[in-house]
Amino acid sequence: MSYDRAITVFSPDGHLFQVEYAMEAVRKGSTAVGVRGKDCVVLAVERRALAKLQDPRTIRKIVSVDNRSVLAFAGLTADARVLINKTRVEAQSYRLTCEDAPSVEYLARYIARTQQKYTQRGGVRPFGIATLLAGFSDPSAEGDVAKPVLYQTDPAGTHSNWRAQVIGGRNAKSLREFLEKNYEDDMDEETSVKLAVQCLLEVVDSGAKNMEIMIVRADGRAFMEESAVDVVVKKVEEEIEANKDAKKKSTDE
Amino acid sequence: DAITYHCGALSQRCINSKMDTVFGVKYDGGVVIAADQGNARSILMYQKNLDKVVPLSSHSALGISGPNADLVNFSEYIQKNIALYELSNDGMKLSTHAQANFMRGELAAALRRGPYQVNVLLGGYDAGTESSSLYFLDYMASLQKVNYGCQGHASAFCLSIMDRDWNEGLTEDEAIAIVEHCMKELETRFLIAQPNFIIKVIDKDGVKTAKFGADPADT
Repeated sequence: MSYDRAITVFSPDGHLFQVEYAMEAVRKGSTAVGVRGKDCVVLAVERRALAKLQDPRTIRKIVSVDNRSVLAFAGLTADARVLINKTRVEAQSYRLTCEDAPSVEYLARYIARTQQKYTQRGGVRPFGIATLLAGFSDPSAEGDVAKPVLYQTDPAGTHSNWRAQVIGGRNAKSLREFLEKNYEDDMDEETSVKLAVQCLLEVVDSGAKNMEIMIVRADGRAFMEESAVDVVVKKVEEEIEANKDAKKKSTDE
Repeated sequence: DAITYHCGALSQRCINSKMDTVFGVKYDGGVVIAADQGNARSILMYQKNLDKVVPLSSHSALGISGPNADLVNFSEYIQKNIALYELSNDGMKLSTHAQANFMRGELAAALRRGPYQVNVLLGGYDAGTESSSLYFLDYMASLQKVNYGCQGHASAFCLSIMDRDWNEGLTEDEAIAIVEHCMKELETRFLIAQPNFIIKVIDKDGVKTAKFGADPADT
């Protein structure tokens, strides 16, 4: 058995099937939504029903990779753990050698580079995860104002900057269209959270316990309390009902 | 001091001169770590405002002495590894005991390769047990938990003072007073003039600077 034989090879028509299958694995994972506002980034992930005997605190889908950057993933949890650990070491290594915090873009590039390496090496398979990386840019790099940034990586090893993005879940495509229709530039924190929740509610059963929301601000980040999420969920649902009634009225007339 | 080549391998004599002074005094609810602020080698004085008490985590600080290269290299390396641990373990803080033993392991591993020529005093506060602790760790990886300690030639002058002045149940002010008593003794009797000292306090609220002789701001 030789481990120098590549697993990810081209098909006759130019496809890398292993990479595409990895993207299927991402689609099987739970949904994660990222929305960039004027002064915040909102990460909202689907919290799938847990087994009764399982401790929910041990299932973390939004994790810190550095003091300044947060990551949400979709796909194989074990692969995510490995990639996240590599990224955390890289972040500290950067801090040790450069005496400065790594930018979100640097970390996204590192994750993408790592994911690509695993599509071109012998004996390994690609990581079956896509990630959303959220944080703020270095103020000194952009005229003294820290700006919110959202990056996405995928199993092929590409990374790109997004204003709002969805990964994971069967309906990622339609959710992305939903975001495209409803996204506005420079939304404040409340509106950004509402958009993220609205988007997630399209695939998740109603209720705060089915979603986990983190708000990343220039001065830090925090998980939203379940009670606060409930408030937003109720508001969104009321609006949906109101729209339904309004539509009904107009069709009745 | 000479760097000599032997059988193709690089060997270096000990360049740790013990001229740096580091103090540590444990009190009820915290630890005081103090160090002189000089940065010198041979006959040259590079600076007099170096901060040699490095915060390792939110509730621990390392008073460190030795050649500047090792001092900076070792403390930053330990600092980043502790940060990595906390990030990788969902924010769980490494206890002072664990930090001290981690450092000891690193010093021991490097000892027979290329030793870090640093002598340190680690002070930390643990929220879990609501207690403070002080650890003496020298470059040969001798680790000892102590109530008070000194590094450098200063220990010849000051350990006896600390023996006398220290008792169980001190307050922060009393602990700082012991350090200042030691500083005064050095000022009188130590050959090397060390005009500036930086004194830091570690307690339940974290690491704070109590006093400094010269502002380390632009180190």
